[in-house]
Amino acid sequence: MNSLKLDENQLIENFEAKLAKNEMIEPKDWMPEQYRKHLIRQISQHAHSEIIGMQPEGNWITRAPSMRRKMVLLAKVQDEAGHGLYLYSAAESMGISREEMLYQLHTGAAKYSSIFNYPTLTWADMGAIGWLVDGAAIMNQVMLQRTSYGPYSRAMVRICKEESFHQRQGYEIMTVLAAGTPAQKEMAQDALNRWWWPSLMMFGPRDEESPNSAQAIKWKIKRETNDQLRQRFVNQTVPQVEKIGLIVPDKDIKWNDAKNGYDFGEINWDEFWTVVKGNGPCNKTRIAAKIKSHEEGAWVREAANAHAAKINKNKAA
Amino acid sequence: MSQNNSLFNYILKIADNQLILGHRLSEQSSKGPFLEEDIACSNIALDLIGAANSLYIYAASIQGENKTEDDLVFLRSERDYKNVLLVEQPNTDFAFLMLRQFLFDTYDFYFQQALLNSKDETLAAIAAKTLKESTYHLRHSGNWMIRLGDGTTESAMRLKNAMNQLWCFIDELFEQDETEIALVAQGIAVDSNAIKAQFDNHVASIMQNAGMDIPTNIFMQKGGKQGVHTEHLGFLLAEMQYVHRSFPGVKW
Ligand SMILES: [Fe+2]
Ligand SMILES: [Fe+2]
Ligand SMILES: [Fe+2]
Repeated sequence: MNSLKLDENQLIENFEAKLAKNEMIEPKDWMPEQYRKHLIRQISQHAHSEIIGMQPEGNWITRAPSMRRKMVLLAKVQDEAGHGLYLYSAAESMGISREEMLYQLHTGAAKYSSIFNYPTLTWADMGAIGWLVDGAAIMNQVMLQRTSYGPYSRAMVRICKEESFHQRQGYEIMTVLAAGTPAQKEMAQDALNRWWWPSLMMFGPRDEESPNSAQAIKWKIKRETNDQLRQRFVNQTVPQVEKIGLIVPDKDIKWNDAKNGYDFGEINWDEFWTVVKGNGPCNKTRIAAKIKSHEEGAWVREAANAHAAKINKNKAA
Repeated sequence: MSQNNSLFNYILKIADNQLILGHRLSEQSSKGPFLEEDIACSNIALDLIGAANSLYIYAASIQGENKTEDDLVFLRSERDYKNVLLVEQPNTDFAFLMLRQFLFDTYDFYFQQALLNSKDETLAAIAAKTLKESTYHLRHSGNWMIRLGDGTTESAMRLKNAMNQLWCFIDELFEQDETEIALVAQGIAVDSNAIKAQFDNHVASIMQNAGMDIPTNIFMQKGGKQGVHTEHLGFLLAEMQYVHRSFPGVKW
């Protein structure tokens, strides 16, 4: 056995000792290559989700039905762009560039949350997304505040503060619609019907179908499983649905005393995999829109770089 | 026209400019050339719409009859909107939309600065808040003028094209009707003739840094302040108002 190998064993031991003590792993620390890869994939997907997520909501800024709602929605979409920015920076700290991540997104090599491949058809979808989609994201993100990689954890702390506001504004939109005219209430119920199941899918495959998950928990990247988080989300959300007089679109929803939570119906996993594999209703349009604005922005980025280069040259001269 | 009426109309003119320009910029949300710029533009759109909102709330309070800012935004039609033609021009490329921002930002910065001295305390207070934002907006769009003008052959050409398309809307910014002149005399409204020189100087100095010529011999278009708009405004309002108008009188 050579000394290099010994060193690596020592490094792994140190790394695992840190995790055992719940200490953060920082960019300058040694980390196993697989840990780095796992995190780059997870953080960049998370960043892409924030960015692609701007599209379905951005779709309604110009049509929001009141000035207050318009300003809140615009602020929310701007927040999501900010989340994307923190997360790209966190991923960059592991040695991948923004250009590379964007390239992976545009070519389909990197995924983003499938929820954003569903269309936003009515104003009530702004309520359903804030309430359910941001609500589901919070379950995950609250857990990730304690993730083992320092920059990711700190990005999550900042993001979570804004997410709870996103969720509240969404639920408020739904509350007002549900208490409004029959047509408004119908709009709210229809949005709930369309977003309920895709929101449950946001937590990912069932634990037994999710092999990466066990490793992520061992590395303390994740601290709870997909099914645990999904159950918590259902437990939190069903009473909120009932409180505003809407109906959960699942006939199998039933309180279960023994597990102190709700039983719920089976997710349509065929639909889940169809969307993951790129055949959801909006997969192609979301990426096409992203590529279009990136390409249309190319000359702007070139101009900014060219100007900056001239300034630097003048300074040096 | 009664005193209240002319003040009401004056406030709407200011607010409509901010709202329509903010709307145009908000159409670009998630479509920026890069993420940081996308955030900056959403932020500016939000400032503009927020400033408009404060003014509509004030206008609604003068109108009485339990009117709200939403009535003024969602229930007025093309001929009732009094924004200048410049701000309703549809987005084409980044040079066009950033020049549109820059020309308005320059006007708006000096306008808000002058409005600080209005004898109408509410208008002066709103101007104080808006001026902080306008200062940032003007720096942002002014920097882009220089980057684009100085950047590449393509960016300079695009900026020049935009200049040729937008310059015809400049004079309208400074146009005043009789009721406005009366409000100026009372120390309430801004005398836009008095800020024209500041506007010209700032635009000239930025454009000189950008290596851009200012077009000459361009016929000046007007009409927005009288509610005679370009054909673009109707589509903008149709999109903005349709949900609100589809459900009359409900809460959102
Ligand atoms: Fe977010
Ligand atoms: Fe959010
Ligand atoms: Fe701002």
